Amino acid sequence: MNRMPVIVIGVFLTFLSSWLGLVAYPYFNLARYTPVVDENTGDINPPPLSGLAERGQQVYAAAGCIYCHSQQVRQIGYGSDLARGWGSRPTVARDYMRESPVFLGTMRTGPDLTNIGARQPSVMWHHQHLYQPMVVSPGSIMPSFRYLYETRKIEGQRSAEAIDLLPPDNIPEGYEIVPTYEAEALVAYLVSLNRNYPLPEAPEPPQ
Amino acid sequence: MSAILAHPATVTPEMEKARRALIDESTRLPVILFYGSAVFWLLVGSLLALLASFKLNDPTLLNQWGWLTFGRVRPAHLNAVVYGWASAAGIGTSLWLMARLCRTPLRHSKLLIGAAIFWNIGVLLGILGILSGDGRSIEWLEFPNYASFMLFVAFGLIAVWAILMFRFREPGHIYVSQWYLLAAFLWFPWLYSTANILLNFQPIQGGGQGAVNWWYGHNTLGLWFTPIGLATAYYLIPKVLGRPIHSYYLSILGFWSLAIFYSWNGMHHLIGGPFPAWLISASVVASVMMFIPVITTAINHHMTVRGNFQALKWSPTLRFTVFGAMCYTLASLQGISMAIPSLNVVTHFTHYTVGHAHLGLYAFFTMIMFGAMYYILPRVVGWEWPSARLIRWHFWLVAIGIGMMVVVLTLGGLLQGLALLDPDITFMASLDYTKPWLFLRSISGLLLTAGHIVFAVSFTLLLLKAGATRTEPTLFATDQDRQPEPLNA
Repeated sequence: MNRMPVIVIGVFLTFLSSWLGLVAYPYFNLARYTPVVDENTGDINPPPLSGLAERGQQVYAAAGCIYCHSQQVRQIGYGSDLARGWGSRPTVARDYMRESPVFLGTMRTGPDLTNIGARQPSVMWHHQHLYQPMVVSPGSIMPSFRYLYETRKIEGQRSAEAIDLLPPDNIPEGYEIVPTYEAEALVAYLVSLNRNYPLPEAPEPPQ
Repeated sequence: MSAILAHPATVTPEMEKARRALIDESTRLPVILFYGSAVFWLLVGSLLALLASFKLNDPTLLNQWGWLTFGRVRPAHLNAVVYGWASAAGIGTSLWLMARLCRTPLRHSKLLIGAAIFWNIGVLLGILGILSGDGRSIEWLEFPNYASFMLFVAFGLIAVWAILMFRFREPGHIYVSQWYLLAAFLWFPWLYSTANILLNFQPIQGGGQGAVNWWYGHNTLGLWFTPIGLATAYYLIPKVLGRPIHSYYLSILGFWSLAIFYSWNGMHHLIGGPFPAWLISASVVASVMMFIPVITTAINHHMTVRGNFQALKWSPTLRFTVFGAMCYTLASLQGISMAIPSLNVVTHFTHYTVGHAHLGLYAFFTMIMFGAMYYILPRVVGWEWPSARLIRWHFWLVAIGIGMMVVVLTLGGLLQGLALLDPDITFMASLDYTKPWLFLRSISGLLLTAGHIVFAVSFTLLLLKAGATRTEPTLFATDQDRQPEPLNA
């Protein structure tokens, strides 16, 4: 192989083939979805996120949740995702049409979060869990996200949004722990995660 | 100079030697710049890795600051070692190889110096960006746009330089290392720009992002680090041994089969995921076909070294390089097995994959880069390595460290994966299985970091031209049967 053009053209064409198959194809076929209107309920699926939840998506990215949590329920035959109750059906490309970046994830140091909003709809639970994960979930190695919370002196009345800590953690007398806007947004995003809605291309598997 | 660079027919061995020295000297500043920054980022990356690993052992460690939360330190580590260390070391090695193989002194070094400056600013901004919360959470592409743009500018300058170098090359045979380098330098800018545009600058809908993400992630290994690593091994092994590559035809087969199959591998990271089955099947097939380039290259390298394995005793360059080349075969065969769906279902989403990534990027690529640095730096600086003992410590610390890391992550990952597969085992139990192995991983990380500190000391002493003047290369053994590794070979 002493002829430069042969090498350059070969190198170009081999790479072009994968660029067409693995980039251009997904670009035209997996990134052009529109929502589906459910005929029975009139719901738009996947549902749009609230502004706060959309901000929470960015907090999720900034905190690097994906390095321990996936957001995909794999197809039948691939693991025990459905059997663990992580979703009522496998997820499909349309489920992620409103996500950017998409948080599919590659690691399950923590459980899958595709439908965490359905499993844990309580806002207070999420705040407690983010602040004191090892108390809420014994054995967990999730770090505390206390940097998203403020400890401040109670002025008059205790704030309505202050979180209740579970023992053994306790707050000094006269202080309270209040979520920042980012913590509120993150929890709004987490409780919004519920992809158990029906889609025509993703029927629920028989039990 | 023109006499030294005259037509080959008129060149005597002495002139040839002088000419190589001249070429080596011409690469001095850019090579030292890229190598020096690579070693710096290796240390930064090691500290970030240790912190991330310790945090899995004790999650309360330094958890009061967002800057140091696990989800930021871990990608900061990955990007520091991928872009700061491995890419910069690979570029430094490639520059020198290009000048040697084009048989012409390095020209337009200002382009490269500019590239090194942009590269380092990009990596610095990127890591600070991730730690401060600007990270994108797209694996392998976490750098915020202001950082990846810098890297792209740096890469553009290098690509322009590479084209100019090839224009001035001496006509004649194009050696196998040059095929790989040429390919890597064409593939990477295309890869990096496509992925960054579609995921970061003008993001496409989420449903398509996973495919682009793993097309990028896998090809960074396959079409950027692998060709540079193989180009280096193809150059150094025959050079140190003083014998040609076993088979020219195996080299051709290995190169083209890698070009065809590797670029299609990426979707095996998405097995079972929300993607069309044919897309994933195509990648599984391409992954299994990787058997051809891997075995071809393994045979070619093995047959070249065969009968000369005693050289591993005395040559630091060869010991690191052959270790790396063997781990290329291992990492690739393991990668092929992990693409088979029935095994992937166990290993996916576990630390097994992390072990595999370190087998590829460290045991293969990084070890070959160390080998290259041991060969290239004395020729570029004009000073031999000050201490064989430091090199020996470096080798054994990192060889044992990486061996241990891969073994413990593999075993821990398998237990985790088998537990996850069984819905009767609680999720928390799958996590408990990993804990002792993650502790051992931290120990292996300490060994690696210690090795890197030893190497950084050795590197600094070399640049300062410390120690006694040596007329011969610094080798491990001093017994009678060792063969000299001539300075200007």
